[in-house]
Amino acid sequence: MPDVQALVNDFVIKLKKRKIEGSLATAKHTAELLRSVISHQRIPYTNQAAALIDAVKAVGEQLIAANPVELAVGNIVRRVLHIIREEDLSLTTASIAGLSLSAVSDDEDDSEKDDHPALSAAAVAAAARSTLRPPSLQTLLEDVPNQASVHQTSSSGGDSEGKSKSADKSSRSRKLKHDVIEAVNELIQDIATCHEQIAEQAVEHIHQNEVILTLGSSRTVLEFLCAAKEKKRSFRVFVAEGAPRYQGHLLAKELVTRGLQTTLITDSAVFAMISRVNMVIVGAHAVMANGGVMAPVGLNMVALAAKRHAVPFVVLAGSHKLCPLYPHNPEVLLNELRSPSELLDFGEFSDCMDFGSKTGSPLLHVVNPTFDYVPPSLVSLFITDTGGHNSSYMYRLIADYYSADDLVIKKRPSTGS
Amino acid sequence: MVAQRKGASRVSEDPEELARVSLQAVLLADSFTTKFHPITLERPKVLLPLVNVPMINYTLSWLESAGVEEVFVFCCANSKQVIDYLENSEWVSLPDFAVTTIESHNSVSAGDALRLIYERNVIHGDFVLITGDTISNMSLRRALQEHKERKKKDSNAVMTMVVKRSKPSPITHQSRLGTDELFMAIDPNTKQLVYYEDKADNSKGIIHLDKSLLMDNPSMSLRNDMQDCYIDICSPEVLSLFTDNFDYQHLRRHFVKGLLLDDIMGYKIYTHEICSSYAARIDNYRSYDTVSKDIIQRWTYPLVPDVKFFGNSAYKLERQGMYRASEILQARSAQVGPFTVIGDNSKIGGNTKITNSIIGQGCSIGSNVTIEGSYIWDNVTIEDGCKLSHAIVCDGVIIKSGAELEPGVILSFKVIVGDQFVVPSYSKVSLFQQPTNQDSDEELEYADNSSGIVEFAGTTDKSSSEQSKSLEMQGWPASELGNGGIGYVWSICEGSVEEEWRHSVAPIPSNKFEKALQAADDELELTQDSNVLPTSGELKSDSNFSDGDDNEDSRDDSIHFEKEVEATFLRAVHENIKVDNVILEVNSLRLSYNKVAADCAGAIFYSLMKFAYDSPHGSSSELLQNTTNIITKWKKLLKYYLADMDEEIEVILKFEEMCLESAKEFTPHFTKILCHLYDQEIIQEDAILRWDDEKKEADDSDKLFVKQAEKFIEWLRVASEEEEEEEEEEEEEE
Repeated sequence: MPDVQALVNDFVIKLKKRKIEGSLATAKHTAELLRSVISHQRIPYTNQAAALIDAVKAVGEQLIAANPVELAVGNIVRRVLHIIREEDLSLTTASIAGLSLSAVSDDEDDSEKDDHPALSAAAVAAAARSTLRPPSLQTLLEDVPNQASVHQTSSSGGDSEGKSKSADKSSRSRKLKHDVIEAVNELIQDIATCHEQIAEQAVEHIHQNEVILTLGSSRTVLEFLCAAKEKKRSFRVFVAEGAPRYQGHLLAKELVTRGLQTTLITDSAVFAMISRVNMVIVGAHAVMANGGVMAPVGLNMVALAAKRHAVPFVVLAGSHKLCPLYPHNPEVLLNELRSPSELLDFGEFSDCMDFGSKTGSPLLHVVNPTFDYVPPSLVSLFITDTGGHNSSYMYRLIADYYSADDLVIKKRPSTGS
Repeated sequence: MVAQRKGASRVSEDPEELARVSLQAVLLADSFTTKFHPITLERPKVLLPLVNVPMINYTLSWLESAGVEEVFVFCCANSKQVIDYLENSEWVSLPDFAVTTIESHNSVSAGDALRLIYERNVIHGDFVLITGDTISNMSLRRALQEHKERKKKDSNAVMTMVVKRSKPSPITHQSRLGTDELFMAIDPNTKQLVYYEDKADNSKGIIHLDKSLLMDNPSMSLRNDMQDCYIDICSPEVLSLFTDNFDYQHLRRHFVKGLLLDDIMGYKIYTHEICSSYAARIDNYRSYDTVSKDIIQRWTYPLVPDVKFFGNSAYKLERQGMYRASEILQARSAQVGPFTVIGDNSKIGGNTKITNSIIGQGCSIGSNVTIEGSYIWDNVTIEDGCKLSHAIVCDGVIIKSGAELEPGVILSFKVIVGDQFVVPSYSKVSLFQQPTNQDSDEELEYADNSSGIVEFAGTTDKSSSEQSKSLEMQGWPASELGNGGIGYVWSICEGSVEEEWRHSVAPIPSNKFEKALQAADDELELTQDSNVLPTSGELKSDSNFSDGDDNEDSRDDSIHFEKEVEATFLRAVHENIKVDNVILEVNSLRLSYNKVAADCAGAIFYSLMKFAYDSPHGSSSELLQNTTNIITKWKKLLKYYLADMDEEIEVILKFEEMCLESAKEFTPHFTKILCHLYDQEIIQEDAILRWDDEKKEADDSDKLFVKQAEKFIEWLRVASEEEEEEEEEEEEEE
């Protein structure tokens, strides 16, 4: 246990110091950390799922507090919680359905401990569930009553199990943990491959001889454009440089090395160029439950320009960027103001910040926000690893990845008070 | 496996690689000054809150994020508090980051501290030297790499100084941080520091560079827009240098200047300029104010209040730079303006206006209070209707209703300000009485502490409200802080009145600003004046050249010295002062400028010749006549300083240079005057011969006068053998 705590502390410090940048890296780290938390968590005989959930919540709370602006942390914590709930549910339903089978499955487990758990009935059920995961209203409708009954079934199920066999319990607890870890591994895999999954859809969206505009740099966008290029589509890309960090320069360079016809423009030239553009494709920092987007600064302006000229505004976002929260005052509360030194040279302007003269209050304020909030009405399409969606559909997608109980991750006492 | 073994062997071969593995830092948790008195009497400077976080945490978290693995915190004044604080903080429990404290009770300067650290023998490789009041977010990687590379090429490159561009105010000649204007000369190619002067305002905006500096460095840029960040990357040699030179006290004034002047050892200091990152040191109240505002404006990102780089104090950043903790009681009618920080559990009453201020934790502020540009630390009570502007209010202070703090006030811990009392500008109030002999221990924070105040501190530390009441009963000078007030108002000592407005948290008052503006204009005139008298200045540097002692300090001095001697001499001529008295005066000048007899001889000879040259003369033969007369008249004065052959040579050289540069009319008469000097027994033949010998190797242009005097010298050589007997007789005559 102490080594897990050290890992958690280490990650918390990194988050606090803003040493991890980008939601993909953060999401991956978070998932890996939670996996080791789960694997080191000792599980009691009764109510195993609750114990896991509490452990994950405790760690998750620390992580979220460490950098509240990086929403990917909270997303992954909630995803893992959802996974635990799902696995628990499937195990209970399986054990209730196949109580007679349990002896057999136990033997199997004993003989081939970690090797082939997928053969067990529960795992089959889980697999079936995961294949069904791409959202469809039916599964959602099915899930809802089930979820309502989760608590009763799990507790009563646990009790009934307690009466049945003690050996069964230990194997079940190992099984739950094992299944959860499997599922988290899958999640990590998903996060790692989200670029490719999104990029696969590129040909459906980018057509021959089109002009695409993007701003700043996003790996997802880069992969997306390159995937279209590999499929022999020929098109042109306008890259707005993305002041003040000018990551657009890097993107332009990268695109050129991959053989794409690229034009670099300043951010302020976007409106002038937008009439020649067929589609705007950008990356996102986070996608909120209402379909609003936290995106690199400058994108709201691009979205407005696109709206004015009826150019489709497409946002690419891996599923780890979907945040189940509704934004409140996102321009301020979900934003990160970085150092003004990215905007101007301290040495040149140091006389404007001489507080000793005049009134003593600074006359020059430099504001350097990292993100823009793009309201859902400006977004034409979201492309996630599961396909394209309208912004009004996001809440549905989110409901599929998260369970409603986890939206507030705080320890019981504080929520109770 | 193979790769691993390779790596291991490389490490053992290359000690520098080994050193790179664990980067160490020395953090001086003491400023060794009294700039923050009276607050630092009770709490060490590094624990003073800066935007509600003790300063040392900024430094430590920067060191931690910059990849430093081991920090030695050197504590001196109030060391107990620093050690206690660190032991209970999160720093001791961090992995890969070791904080070790070193305690000392008798160190009075940074020099002493470094000598002690050297004795402990804990520093193994390059280390970062920093004080506990430095805020930065720079990345050390580049600077370290540069330092290492230079070190590999030249083992004398012992230190890399981090500098940052920041313009000083042209009017007040002080930087944003309230420190004096700083002049640095840096070689633009190698980034070597060749000149460092931080006390420039003593010389009224004039700086003197040594000629040799220009000769040695083909290119050099002289900057006054650099700010010294007081972050140094040092090689271990620095510590031994401090030990070898036991008189080094101050890091900059003694160590850096000492190294720059010392050409024997040839140690070099380099600079590393940071552009986009931030670094500043809190040296006085003005810089406390400036750095606080920089933090609020986020120049120090990620060391800003809403990023939890330390502890668990969570602030939310709202529009217009308002930082608020989560638990605040704020009346609906209270107006909290931009660039304000409000700490946890603070209460703000109705109609209260707060702008540009920082409020600590657990403060309670009444209604109708106006707070502007102030720093209010923890658990302060401000009652209704108070007015605060540009003040620092320490922990536990109570300001009773209707009181007013004028700009620049500092209230130390637990002071109570009485009803309706107006605390005048720039006053410092403390529960402690002002130490009487402030001048003697200007440099020692520690000394003050040990002078009987310690016991008193013990009582106040424990003091509950009852105790402070009982103290009040014992007869606090109630008048000093109004009705019910507790605390002593420190008087401002005479010398530092000028300093008060410079170093206070309050902005510079407009009348001072105008005065400074006026002074700046005057200075401009003054510099124009000084341009008119270049001749002596020129000679000055030349005399220095013959000294072989090339540094701008002595150069500077010798210009003054020569002028003084000349003035003394002229006065002697005009007022018929006796030679003995002139000698007395010149001697006292010699002592005060720390010169040797040769300098005096040179200066007097120069004065003589200048006098002769300036006195009216029709033709050049008349000039010669004048000169010989004057020399004859004043030979006793000159002779007094010509005890040795060296001095005589000095006179000849001086004469030679005068003929070449300032007084060319002497040129045709060189031999005659030299001959006269010889006749008058002012210069011995040995000196002339020796001068001749020395000049043999010189190039032709230098030999001009030797050639002129050729016959004379020839005659001397021939005569010298015969003369040997005569010499005795001559001396008898004398």
